[in-house]
Amino acid sequence: MTVFAFAFYLFALGTIAGGLFTVVSRNPVHSVLWLILAFLSSAGFFVLLGAEFVAMLLIIVYVGAVAVLFLFVVMMLDVDFAALKAEMAKYLPLALLIGVVLLMQFAVAFGAWEANAAAEAQRAAVTPVDRHNTEALGMLLYDQYFLIFQLAGLILLVAMIGAIVLTLRHRSDIKRQDVLAQIYRDPAKAMELKDVKPGQGL
Amino acid sequence: MIQSDLTVILPEIVLALFAMGALLGAVYTGKDRLASLILWITAAVMIAVAAWIGLTGSGTNVAFNGMFHDDAFARFAKVAILLSAAVVLIMSEDYMARRDLLRFEYPILVALAAVGMMMMVSAGDLIALYMGLELQSLALYVVASLRRDNAKSTEAGLKYFVLGALSSGLLLYGASLTYGYAGTTLFSGIIATATEGQVSLGLLFGLVFLTAGLAFKVSAVPFHMWTPDVYEGAPTPITAFFATAPKIAAMALFARVMHDAFGGAVGDWQQIIALLSVLSMFLGAVAAIGQTNIKRLMAYSSIAHMGYALMGLAAGTAFGVQAMLVYMAIYVTMNLGTFAFILTMEKEGQPVTDIAALNLYSKREPGKALAMLVLLFSLAGVPPLLGFFGKLYVLRAAYEAGLAWLAVAGVLASVIGAFYYLRIVYYMYFGEDREGLDGGGSALLNGILMASAIIMLVGIVNFFGIEGAAEAAAITLVN
Repeated sequence: MTVFAFAFYLFALGTIAGGLFTVVSRNPVHSVLWLILAFLSSAGFFVLLGAEFVAMLLIIVYVGAVAVLFLFVVMMLDVDFAALKAEMAKYLPLALLIGVVLLMQFAVAFGAWEANAAAEAQRAAVTPVDRHNTEALGMLLYDQYFLIFQLAGLILLVAMIGAIVLTLRHRSDIKRQDVLAQIYRDPAKAMELKDVKPGQGL
Repeated sequence: MIQSDLTVILPEIVLALFAMGALLGAVYTGKDRLASLILWITAAVMIAVAAWIGLTGSGTNVAFNGMFHDDAFARFAKVAILLSAAVVLIMSEDYMARRDLLRFEYPILVALAAVGMMMMVSAGDLIALYMGLELQSLALYVVASLRRDNAKSTEAGLKYFVLGALSSGLLLYGASLTYGYAGTTLFSGIIATATEGQVSLGLLFGLVFLTAGLAFKVSAVPFHMWTPDVYEGAPTPITAFFATAPKIAAMALFARVMHDAFGGAVGDWQQIIALLSVLSMFLGAVAAIGQTNIKRLMAYSSIAHMGYALMGLAAGTAFGVQAMLVYMAIYVTMNLGTFAFILTMEKEGQPVTDIAALNLYSKREPGKALAMLVLLFSLAGVPPLLGFFGKLYVLRAAYEAGLAWLAVAGVLASVIGAFYYLRIVYYMYFGEDREGLDGGGSALLNGILMASAIIMLVGIVNFFGIEGAAEAAAITLVN
């Protein structure tokens, strides 16, 4: 077994075990930790594929931000997960049935899976050999997919407007910060310097 | 290269920049006090962009490596989208202002949704398709729950959002399977690999999931469950918006994906679309019978109408696409008039949606009742109104493509559906005398109602020339 194959099976095992224990572990904090293992192992896959930048991104964004956020939420919210699980258990047989049907469908789809003969030649983003990974991604994002990138920005703008429209309420009974008033406050009027003699006080 | 690309998408850029500029301007100055002004300017900009696209656009221009197509088909859909969105904005001003819903973000969100719809109908790539779709949907989720203190409105927004996210998931799953098969997300690459008789099982899965995601957006049965609740819960002008511009965009996108990406495998998707079509027509016709709320009734009516439009698409021919475009244009015109009428339905200043309130409406408002009668007959497809010719068009397309059974089913569903339209007419002319609605309504709404009714009568002469435009559009799409 080569090092590559060994690393592949190691990461694969890590991803599957991480995913499985995220679902089945009793303690939600453990679930999040298993989720982090799943993320780290998937990052390993990206390294094997030669996409180091995406691997680092996965670790920084998902492990560094998302998973930690989950951890905070899980620890801060006092949710009785045992009761939630008991509620879920009622639907377990139905869920299992649907899962089995889905699994069979996927087996049919992927068992007979074949890409088109022309697919290899049509690839839009072939992993480049002559240039840096990060640079290649940049060329894709800001050059080839420039339009898509800008549209994604527009979608985020809509999401922001939406969040403000639906939640912002102007309340009259709170004090607001007036930046201009703060800037235009004159130090000469606002404070006074006193020379305090030792032992005398003001 | 970038300069020529940008020239092709200039209308979209102008509209997006206008929306951002209006947002900045309003935030830094009068906020909601400027809402009315921004609404009118937005409507004017949309009409101007529509005129610009409609009058100066020519030929087929492809930009961004094939991700964006500016052709006759896209231009037809864009003009229809922009004009209907502008009319809805104008109709909504009075209603929104009187119910304290006229916030300056509303016209801006509608403008951004329109940008998304323009991207959808021009998409030449699965990623561009998805981005346009999300831009449109996200803006629609927000405007659906614009009346945020009302439980029904927030329910409408949340339901729309959750189910919309699910459908986006289905669509993306289908897109990823298609990408895996073809090796590219460009429609021009997919069509080279998806040829008749050689479609592998994996691609078929992708095609089915893509169709399911798109069917949700056009609210075709069995992906229609959200429609009545969202239509009922959203403020009435927003419902009018949902029933018009996004429907054209989603239907045009449907046609574009099916013909541009899977045009080589018509046999594989024809049966799916035909099934969606026949289910939508019958469910829309049968389920509307029991409705007493006119907004829910219009929701089922729109489901049935989408079934007829899908019938044109199911034909899989250029004539089918032409029939679909003409049908959508007629449907939108009828709906604008009908919703203008619904917006005037008031009692002591409160909006009324119960159809029983229309009892003997003709006694009090003979002119408006007559206009509504024309529109309802047209919606039902009674000759010699324009709605009948729209139906005739799609039936002919289906029959000529060898789908005679589908055409027969369409006629049957249309007969069933006529019942609930005629029931409203019955209430208006022969109902029992009860305390009814307030008279009046703004001159603007009445004007739109009358104009729409007159178009239904006069349009049968030459369809206002949209037939030729639709034919040119269909030929550029199907070749």
